[in-house]
Amino acid sequence: MAEATTTDDENVVLKLAGITKAFEAAGSIVEVLHGIDLELRRGELCALTGPSGSGKTTLLNIIGLLAKPTSGALWIAGQETSRLDDAALTKLRSRHLGFVFQFHHLIGALSCAENVAMPLLIRGGVRPSAALAKATDALEQVGLADRASARPAQLSGGQQQRVAVARALVADPALLLADEPTGNLDTANSDAVFELLRRLNRDRGTGVIVVTHDSRIAERCDSRVEIVDGWVHDDSRWKVEV
Amino acid sequence: MRLEWFLALRFMWDQRLQSALIVTGVGIGVAVMVFITALITGLQSSLIERTLGSQPHVIVTPLEREGRPVRRAEGGEVLVRHVERPIQQARSIDEWQKAERVIRLLPEVEASVPLAIGPGSAVRGNTEEGVLIIGAEPARLDAVIPIRKNLRVGRYDVSGVDVVLGVELAKNLGVSVGDRVRLRTASTEGQVYVVRGIVDMGGREMNRTWVLMSFRAAQTLTGQPGRASAIYVRVREIYAAEGTSRAIAGQTGLTSRSWMESNAQLMTALSSQSASTTMIRFFVLVSVAIGIASVLVVSVIQRSKEVGILRAMGAARAVVLRVFLIQGGVIGAAGAVVGSLLGFGLTQGFRALITNADGTPFFPFSITPQLFGLALIVATIAGVIAGVVPARRAAALDPAEAIRNG
Repeated sequence: MAEATTTDDENVVLKLAGITKAFEAAGSIVEVLHGIDLELRRGELCALTGPSGSGKTTLLNIIGLLAKPTSGALWIAGQETSRLDDAALTKLRSRHLGFVFQFHHLIGALSCAENVAMPLLIRGGVRPSAALAKATDALEQVGLADRASARPAQLSGGQQQRVAVARALVADPALLLADEPTGNLDTANSDAVFELLRRLNRDRGTGVIVVTHDSRIAERCDSRVEIVDGWVHDDSRWKVEV
Repeated sequence: MRLEWFLALRFMWDQRLQSALIVTGVGIGVAVMVFITALITGLQSSLIERTLGSQPHVIVTPLEREGRPVRRAEGGEVLVRHVERPIQQARSIDEWQKAERVIRLLPEVEASVPLAIGPGSAVRGNTEEGVLIIGAEPARLDAVIPIRKNLRVGRYDVSGVDVVLGVELAKNLGVSVGDRVRLRTASTEGQVYVVRGIVDMGGREMNRTWVLMSFRAAQTLTGQPGRASAIYVRVREIYAAEGTSRAIAGQTGLTSRSWMESNAQLMTALSSQSASTTMIRFFVLVSVAIGIASVLVVSVIQRSKEVGILRAMGAARAVVLRVFLIQGGVIGAAGAVVGSLLGFGLTQGFRALITNADGTPFFPFSITPQLFGLALIVATIAGVIAGVVPARRAAALDPAEAIRNG
């Protein structure tokens, strides 16, 4: 575990301090996260691993501001989040976070370019034509400029996931959260998508957390945090580069 | 709002069949509302028009004299057992000019005319018919009750010994334009008048009894020189008649009766008809709204994963809420357009297919741009209201949960 950095350090895009999460189940309280401390720096690509049921997804939801921790503090791009209401958290998500899910989750009613432009349109302050132009650029970076007007259903699984990566990165988030981004792909596509994440992470300096079961992927990340039974079991950050 | 409109329209387009079906459903509902409203409004206004074709909106007559009540002495002994009502017919408005000035100052009054009216009989040869002598300045009476429009032959431009007769009366007397007829009353021998026109007022009683002449001639014939027996008033808006009538009674001290009061049974029938039409429209609207709501509820379930993704990407709850409210409103509005066209087509079809013997339409539909405007507004609002519950449900979705479980 790296030494806690103050949030004044603008290179720290994510900081967790003593994050716990408890659920009520069958009349008793079950704690699934027991005080997680974590820090991610700009440009860092970190693998979050652990067996099923270890609390990875819960932790990712908390980091993604989709769930509130029971206790502890969470900073996103230097902003402490525990006292923010739903509207402020939503705004913070649109400003600083990007998501890639296991099953791409593109909106079937929209074209690829429109899907990619969505974070820009949600954030606002941009003309739709400019958002679409930027989306087409992002699609070009993932090698799918020619499929801009296609519907997600017309694309292969690997292509769909590349569109999802383009969507996650189009608004230049400080932090990208990828939940099993290659979990549903064959090896070739899996490698392609990971390389894409890696390249964009290097080029743009985006902090990336990749939840993965795939040890080949985890090994290629800058760092690796293993969660077991709601604890950080292993935090091997041997080559963090800023 | 641009994003919300974009997403709402894309979601609807994505489920074209579902959207088309519900828009058609709403359209049929709106068509029923448009058709029934056009039909009932048309029927009612034609009925009122026919009723008011021969009646003034307000009739002002002298204050009715009441008989004194039965007088009782102390102890309950009856002093006067029976009191007769004074004879009303003989009375007339003495200062009708003053009363008319007051009436003409009322804002709703469009036209008014003093009349000398009285019973009499028309004699020609061996035939004698009971008649109602109506004397008024032709142009002024015509401004209150359409007479010239109803002329069968001749003209309504009477002065001196000129008269215009009801069509049945002329037939019974066997006279036509240019013929002479003697008119008399209970108190005068009367004189001979010249028929200048024959009028069909649409009602048997009027056609059988009406004799129209100049105001002055009728004053003399009915024995009320210089006086008027009634003032007829036309108001700008027919439903303002009641209020105007009350104002006239209050300000002149005369008896005033509106057409609504004179046709109380008709008014009761019209208002119960309106109430039943409103009920039908209300229930059609409710079923339209329920249809829209059920489609949107299904749509929210189908799209919950996408809603979750949008929320994760930073779309506010209000954005999600508006996406579904807009869909409700668009379905309502599109349904209103389809329904208005369908309703209009139905009325035109009925007009063309069901006609009277003379070729005129049997159903007097009242189709106005306001009707379609109202249908559009009502259906759109109903659509938005129908969208409230599904939209709130979508906005309340937990994004993490929605993404995981759909």
